[in-house]
Amino acid sequence: MVSELDVVPAITTRREEALTGLQGLVSKGLGWARKYSIFQYPFVTACCGMEYMTVSAARYDLDRFGAMLPRFSPRQADMLMVVGTVNCKQAPILRRIYEQIAEPKWVVAFGVCASSGGFYDNYATVQGIDRIVPVDVYIPGCPPRPEQVIEGIMLLQRKIQDQAHRLVEPRPLPPPGAQPG
Amino acid sequence: MSKAVIAALLERFPDAVTDAYQGVGGDDCAFVKKERIVEVCRHLRQVEGFDLAPYITAVDYLGIEPRFEVVYNLLSIPRSARVRLRVKVPEGDDCAVPSVTGVWRGADWFERYCFDMYGIRFTGHPDLRRLFMYDEFVGHPLRKDYPLRGRQPLVPERQVDENLRGPGPAGRD
Amino acid sequence: MTAPVHDPPAPPAQGNDAPLPAKRMVVNLGPSHPAMHGVTRAVVELEGETIREMKLDIGFLHRGFEKSCEQVTWGQCFPYTDRLNYVSSIMNNVGFALAVEKLCRLEVPERARYLRVVSSELHRICDHLTLVGAMAMELGAGTVFFFAIEGRDLIWDRLTELCGARLTSNYARIGGVSRDLPDGWAEKTLRTLDRVVELREEIHALLTRNRIFLDRTRGTGRVSRQDALELGFTGPCLRASGDPYDVRKAFPYLVYDRLDFDIPVGSHGDNFDRYLMRMEEMRQSDRIVRQCLEQMQPGEIIVQDFRYALPPKPLVYGTIEGVMAHFKLVMEGIKVPAGEAYSYTEAANGELGFYLVSDGGGRPYKLGLRAPGWPMLAALPFMTKDALLADLIPTFDSINMIGGEVEQ
Repeated sequence: MVSELDVVPAITTRREEALTGLQGLVSKGLGWARKYSIFQYPFVTACCGMEYMTVSAARYDLDRFGAMLPRFSPRQADMLMVVGTVNCKQAPILRRIYEQIAEPKWVVAFGVCASSGGFYDNYATVQGIDRIVPVDVYIPGCPPRPEQVIEGIMLLQRKIQDQAHRLVEPRPLPPPGAQPG
Repeated sequence: MSKAVIAALLERFPDAVTDAYQGVGGDDCAFVKKERIVEVCRHLRQVEGFDLAPYITAVDYLGIEPRFEVVYNLLSIPRSARVRLRVKVPEGDDCAVPSVTGVWRGADWFERYCFDMYGIRFTGHPDLRRLFMYDEFVGHPLRKDYPLRGRQPLVPERQVDENLRGPGPAGRD
Repeated sequence: MTAPVHDPPAPPAQGNDAPLPAKRMVVNLGPSHPAMHGVTRAVVELEGETIREMKLDIGFLHRGFEKSCEQVTWGQCFPYTDRLNYVSSIMNNVGFALAVEKLCRLEVPERARYLRVVSSELHRICDHLTLVGAMAMELGAGTVFFFAIEGRDLIWDRLTELCGARLTSNYARIGGVSRDLPDGWAEKTLRTLDRVVELREEIHALLTRNRIFLDRTRGTGRVSRQDALELGFTGPCLRASGDPYDVRKAFPYLVYDRLDFDIPVGSHGDNFDRYLMRMEEMRQSDRIVRQCLEQMQPGEIIVQDFRYALPPKPLVYGTIEGVMAHFKLVMEGIKVPAGEAYSYTEAANGELGFYLVSDGGGRPYKLGLRAPGWPMLAALPFMTKDALLADLIPTFDSINMIGGEVEQ
C-alpha cells in the first residue's frame, strides 16, 4: 500500500533510497499531478457529513485544491475520505470499499469518530478506522471546522508530494484478501 | 381529558388495566396485563380515537421481578390526550408480549427495536428480527448486564498503538 | 440478506404485441450512500423500473446513544443528544432538558425560555435549508444546494457566536441555557435573517414552478392522512398529508403560546407538498425569531438553584457553598427524583419524544428516544410500492431521514 511506505524524500543521504536524476524529477512530477487532482470517495456516515457539505460548498471551497469532485464509485476514486462514525456493522463495508480502490490511494479520517472512535466508547463503535484500514491523515474535531479540514487536505497534499512515485511499481502488490498491516 | 380515557379503560377492562396513577407533570398512566394489551389498544384506537401509532419502548429493571417493562406512549390528536400504558414482562421463556402491529402498522419497528435491544419477543409480529445490530451479534445490548464495551467485531482488527487511546476490542474493559 | 426473485406468470402470447417476459431484478442501494443522509441499505426488487418490494436494513450508524447516556451524568448527556438530529441539534438539547426539568419539576426562567425558542427556530431553518438543498441536488439542481448551504452557513455564524459551535451546539442546560446573547447579536441576526430570506426567495424562484422539479415530486410518494396516522408520521410529513397537528400549538411549551405563527397544512401528501411545508415553515420560523427578539426581556438565563445549575464562578472561587455545589454537580451529577416522564417537543421532523426513567441518582436509568424520522423511514417500503425507481430518490429525500436520530 502506498500509504504504508516510508515517506521517501526525493533527495536523501542513502544512495539506494534516493530518487535522484530522472527518477527524482518523475517522482516530483507525478507527486505534483497526483496531489492537485484528488478524486475523493466521500464515505459519509454521520454529523461530520454536514461539515463535509460545507467544505465542498461555495464558501470554503475545496475545488480550489482540486479535490472537490466526489466519485461515488471506488473504482474511480483515489482518496477514501471516511467522514463520521464507523460502527461494527459498517466495518466490513469500509474494508471492502478500501480494497476496491486502486493504487495509489490515500485515506483521510475526518472527525474524531473516524480517528479514534470519538466519545462513543461502547459496544457498537469501532475505535478509530485505523483498526480497519491504514490512515494517512487524521482530521480531529467534532465536527472539525472547515478550516481544519482544509488544513488536513493540504497536509495530505504535502505528503503526496513527498512520497516516492514511480512510473512502474517494483514491489508486487499484496494479493487480494491479504491481512491488513 | 386523558384522565377520562383512563377512567373509561378502568371501567371497560377492570381485570386487564390496573393501578392507574398520575405521573410527574400530569402524565396519565396505567398498568396493563400483557395478555390483554392488544384488546386494550384496539379499543383505544377504534373507540377512543388514538389513531397515531404509539411510541413503544422497554425498560430493564434488573433486580426486580418481573424484569422488563414495555411502555406504550399513546397520543390522540383529535382529543389532545396522552396516555401511557406499562406492561410488565418477566424474563425467561415467558418473555413475550402480543404484538400490536395488527392495530397500528407503525408499531412494527418499535417492537423490533425492543426485541433487538432487550430480547423481548412479540408474538404475531410479521417480521421479528434484529433492527440495529447485525445478525452475528450475540446478546441484547441495552440489558443492564451487557457490558458497555462488549464489542463483537466483524472484521479482524489491526494492531494500533494504544498508549493514547482507550480500550480496544471485546474482552478488555 | 437476499430477497427472493420471483418469475411472473407467463403472459398469453399474442404475437408481436406480447409483453416481453422478464425476471425480477434485485438491486442493492447503499449503505455507503452518495447522498448525505446517513447510511441506510435498501434492497429493492425491481420489475423493469417499477419497485415491487423494498426491504430496508438499518443499523449502520447505531452508536449506542442510550447505553452511553446511562453511564454518564445527566448534564453530560447533552453532547450525546446533540448528535442525534445533527442538523438541528439545539432542538434535541432543548427536548432533553425539558424532559429532565419535567422530572425535577423545575421552572425555567423566562429569558432562558425565549433563548431556547430563538436558537431552536434558527436551527429549524437550518434543517429545512439542508433538506431543500440536498433534495434539489439529488434531483439535479446543484445551484440550489449552494444557496442553501450558504444560508445555513450564515445562520451557523450567528449560532457560533451564541453557543460556541456551528453544528453540535450543546447549548441548553438543565434549568436554562449556557450562555446569554452577545452584544449586538440581535441586530446581526436580523440582518442575517434578511439575507436568508433573499436566498430562500431565490430557491423558491428556481424550484417551486420548475417543470422538472414538479414532474419528479408531484404525485410521487403519496401518503393519505389515515395511512400517515397509522404509520406514526408526525411533523411536516403528517401536515403534508392533511392533519394539522403541531406540538407547538396542541401542547404549547416554552413561550410558543405567546407567539403568533401559522401552521402550514398540505393536501396531497406527496413529495411536492412536503417540500412546500418546509419552505413555508422556514417563513414561519423567521417570524417567530423576530417576535422573540422583540419580546425578550433581560433576566436570568438559568435557574438559580445550585442543586441543578452550576454556580457562577465568583461564588465557586469565593464561598464554600459554591465550591461544594460545583463539586457535587460535576462529580455526581444532578440528583433527579426517582420516577419516569415522557416529554415531547416539535423538532424539525416531527414529534421528538424523550422517555426518561430515573432511579434518584445522578445518572439516567433509561433514556428512550422517540425519533421523529423513524416512522417515516419505516414507512418507506409502503410509500414506494409500485413506484418507479426514480421516485425513490425524492421520496427518500423529502422524509428527511437523519441517520443520527433514526439509529441513535
